[in-house]
Amino acid sequence: MAREGDLKLLGLVVSPFVVRVRMALSMKGVSYEYIEQDVFNKSELLIRYNPVHKKVPVLIHHGKPICESLAIVEYVDEVWGGGAPPSILPADPYERATARFWATYVDDKLFPAWIGVMKAATEEEKAEKVSQTLAVLLHLEEAFAKCSNGKAFFGGDSVGYLDLALGCNLFWFETLREMFDVELIDEGRTPLLASWAQRFGEAAAVKDLVPNVDKAVEHAKKMRRVFVH
Amino acid sequence: MTHARTSKPYRPASVSILKSHSIFSTHQRQRVNNHLSSVLAAEAPQRPTMSPEKQETATAAVRVLGRWPSPFVIRVLIALRLKGVEYELVEEAMGNRSELLLASNPVHRKIPVLLHHGRAVSESLIIVQYVDEVWASQGPAILPADPHARAAERFWSQYVDDKFPTAIRVLRGKVAGDKDEAAAQVAAALEHLEEALVQCGRGKGYFGGDSLGYLDIALGSHVGWVRAVERMAQVCLLDEAKLPNLAAWADRFCAHPAVPDVMPHTDRFVEFSINNDGVPKAAHTNSK
Repeated sequence: MAREGDLKLLGLVVSPFVVRVRMALSMKGVSYEYIEQDVFNKSELLIRYNPVHKKVPVLIHHGKPICESLAIVEYVDEVWGGGAPPSILPADPYERATARFWATYVDDKLFPAWIGVMKAATEEEKAEKVSQTLAVLLHLEEAFAKCSNGKAFFGGDSVGYLDLALGCNLFWFETLREMFDVELIDEGRTPLLASWAQRFGEAAAVKDLVPNVDKAVEHAKKMRRVFVH
Repeated sequence: MTHARTSKPYRPASVSILKSHSIFSTHQRQRVNNHLSSVLAAEAPQRPTMSPEKQETATAAVRVLGRWPSPFVIRVLIALRLKGVEYELVEEAMGNRSELLLASNPVHRKIPVLLHHGRAVSESLIIVQYVDEVWASQGPAILPADPHARAAERFWSQYVDDKFPTAIRVLRGKVAGDKDEAAAQVAAALEHLEEALVQCGRGKGYFGGDSLGYLDIALGSHVGWVRAVERMAQVCLLDEAKLPNLAAWADRFCAHPAVPDVMPHTDRFVEFSINNDGVPKAAHTNSK
């Protein structure tokens, strides 16, 4: 177990990528020092430990940084692997490849689409981005059917890598519903994802890590002021 | 099975005598192979069509759907060669996705796809990790053992894929774009990677230390095109003076036994670009 001084996480409360890492650390029962960052006014610490991207999350373990949320989740799984803490990635290589494939898909396709909804300057643009997001979610609905094998989560009986990869975005879907009255995960269109989202939200490991929608709304408004012209 | 090589009647799994690194063009090879196939089929004794089960075992256990100039395909082939795994390269024709590809990678419809006993794995870096894990007991380890080193190589490999592919396509003239900007982007990325090489490799020959590893493969697979665009766009990217470690590493990488057969000399890349990227020869030089 890491002593608090050994492990630090530079984060942002509303970043899904940070939430993802916090969920992984929580699954492993690991304690750490959390240092909130101001992404509009980057700290020296952030620039020092992630000079290439200057982005959160950054995990700092024994003074060495690990960047990129999916790489951090794999790192956490490897360092605190074996024994009592549950494994985040599946054991079988083919299942691991499948989980990685869909996690990458979430980051490459789903994230830009829903961020596009949040940042849309016109109604037309918003509608287009919503459409894109829904199309991506349809693929993820199919992925759930295949990966879960009839069980509760992408990872099977318990939360796993792909659950974290997708699940950390859910609070933002609620935020977008509140801001723009758009329903992204809908029982009618993606029933499997809808019921999975419910279960994920209630899972012990992740429950208390999801920020308040209000905070996300506030952040979204700030982003829109900065980025939308 | 719907692509040419495994159509009935019975024939061996692959009659591709001329492999992808041959001196003949793809079109020439295809004609030769088709001719050979029909000759063999004509000469083969009449036998009943193979049953589906037997046809499965006749198909190679490991197949890669791809095409040689793709750095993403090159990655997978290097990984398989490092592990000493026999494979069949199923060449995807340019601009015409096979049914097999569409069935194996319906989400992205892109090469490479690894088919292992018929099960599809997509995305080159994911395939490389898969190969490393499945064949863990043979050949060198591709990812390092230490978790921090693994995370660093994963970080930098993703960085490579963020910075190189689009810029190289612009420099090749395959897509429209500002070539000066693209060259600057690649140069800046290489500077970061020069530092990374010193940190990760710790004075040894590769990012992976003593032996070629994950990040070596991720970046090295782009060297063919980097060198080609240096010539075509007349820019110096792997500058020995600015990037001494990386320049030496690039030579070392290209000379590694697992590499030359799947990532040929710069000339081949330049020739491919001229023939396929739709840009007239004269336009390959930067107008200044």
